[in-house]
Amino acid sequence: MTRWVMVADLKRCVGCQTCTAACKQANATPPGVQWRRVLDMEEGEYPDVRRVFVPVGCMHCADPPCMTVCPSTATRRRPDGIVTIDYDLCIGCSYCAVACPYQARHKTDRASFAYGGGPSQAEQKRFDGRRLAVATKCTFCVDRIDAGTAKGLTPGVDPEATPACVNSCIAAALHFGDIEQPASNVSRLLAENRNFRMHENLGTGPGFYYLWE
Amino acid sequence: MDRIAPWLQTNWDRRAAGNFIGGGTGGGLAIFAAASELAGGNPQPLAYVLAALFIAVGLSLVWIEIGRPWRFLHVFFNPHTSWMTREGLVALPLLVALASAAWYGGAALASVSALLALVFVYCQARILRGSQGIPAWREPMIVPLIMATGLAEGAGVLLALAFIAGVAPGGFVLILALLALLARWIAWTAYRRSLARRGAPTAARKALQAIHLPLLVFFTIAPVALIAAALGFAGYAGPLALLAGLLGLAGGWLIKDTIVMRAAFNQGFAVPHMPRLNPVSGDAGIRQGWS
Repeated sequence: MTRWVMVADLKRCVGCQTCTAACKQANATPPGVQWRRVLDMEEGEYPDVRRVFVPVGCMHCADPPCMTVCPSTATRRRPDGIVTIDYDLCIGCSYCAVACPYQARHKTDRASFAYGGGPSQAEQKRFDGRRLAVATKCTFCVDRIDAGTAKGLTPGVDPEATPACVNSCIAAALHFGDIEQPASNVSRLLAENRNFRMHENLGTGPGFYYLWE
Repeated sequence: MDRIAPWLQTNWDRRAAGNFIGGGTGGGLAIFAAASELAGGNPQPLAYVLAALFIAVGLSLVWIEIGRPWRFLHVFFNPHTSWMTREGLVALPLLVALASAAWYGGAALASVSALLALVFVYCQARILRGSQGIPAWREPMIVPLIMATGLAEGAGVLLALAFIAGVAPGGFVLILALLALLARWIAWTAYRRSLARRGAPTAARKALQAIHLPLLVFFTIAPVALIAAALGFAGYAGPLALLAGLLGLAGGWLIKDTIVMRAAFNQGFAVPHMPRLNPVSGDAGIRQGWS
């Protein structure tokens, strides 16, 4: 079995948002919608301030509440752990959005573009009307994974088969791979570093791990 | 700075709140109308019609809120796990049963309507309970609260209808209404207590706290006292029951509007550990906006 997961090394992330930009470029998300973003978390008052950069997005949970509540079966979980949305089935009720504890889901009712009224040439070319008024979220760049594995490539190792955010990370903070393979990059990282998953107490089984020591 | 502490969800607006208000009021009204009829009271065709209207208006509000309204049939695709699908599946026979009960009358149709209404309100409560991303909604005690609130709202409308029809409400209905109000208060208290025990966003608890006293004084003690007075002074039972009913109804709507609109803070983001960058740095995590 395969279970694709993402690993973010909090000791390495510098909060540059290159992954955010890469995701926007790869997935052509509209203004205001960021499937991958990096939180700038800060606590305390000068001079006792602590700060950490935390990449977030869809956690591709093992037991995704978004899928359970979805009335249309648009949200599904593949055998490899990737949670998908069928844009042709989704009714845009946003029940998944209130069920998600990670604020990972977005809905845009009208087309909007980066530079005002009309789309740029690039936006025009990549505009997908099916994504309007339905739920959208990070897909782990499922198309790249599927196309890559079809060619015999290994996601997380071969860039062509790896999510865009991971490829773009300048600090090698983001990693992607199969947690079911003991020798995979992510399995080794998780074995060698202390880690956690966000809101783990909610029991959703996120497929996104954070290394902290 | 990014938003880290829980913030108010914006995915569902007052139209969604309207569905919970309409569904609860309509469902509660159907149950109370049937109970009154089965206890020997007069048939309540107007109550059944009104119950159906409340439910239909609530569902219509949701319909105009969804992004792709013409795909509404897709809402029926996931009865295995989705309480929204189940709500839709129960709504259809419920509306038919209510229309039939209003048109034909009879204990059997009244009973079926009441049973379906009970299931419908339960589905609505479970919709909120299934919203894992909103701590004030996923709290298990929200289920009895939404059910009790629906019953109290339905009782309120029935008392108002009795006044409009010029009929003094029966003692049985008054006692049921009183019990519904007390049940709502107990459920409200248990809900808040459980939420405090499990932990919730501070802002959500503040929003709930803000209505606690008005709910107790104006929407629980006052209607209970009015019903008690109606039971004691039969000559004034009609207007006293009307006022009690309206207050009971308003209290229910206030609870739902508060829970859906003002206490609906999301989970926010948190890290249980900070990255340890050197051997002496602490690793206590960051979690803001919770109590």
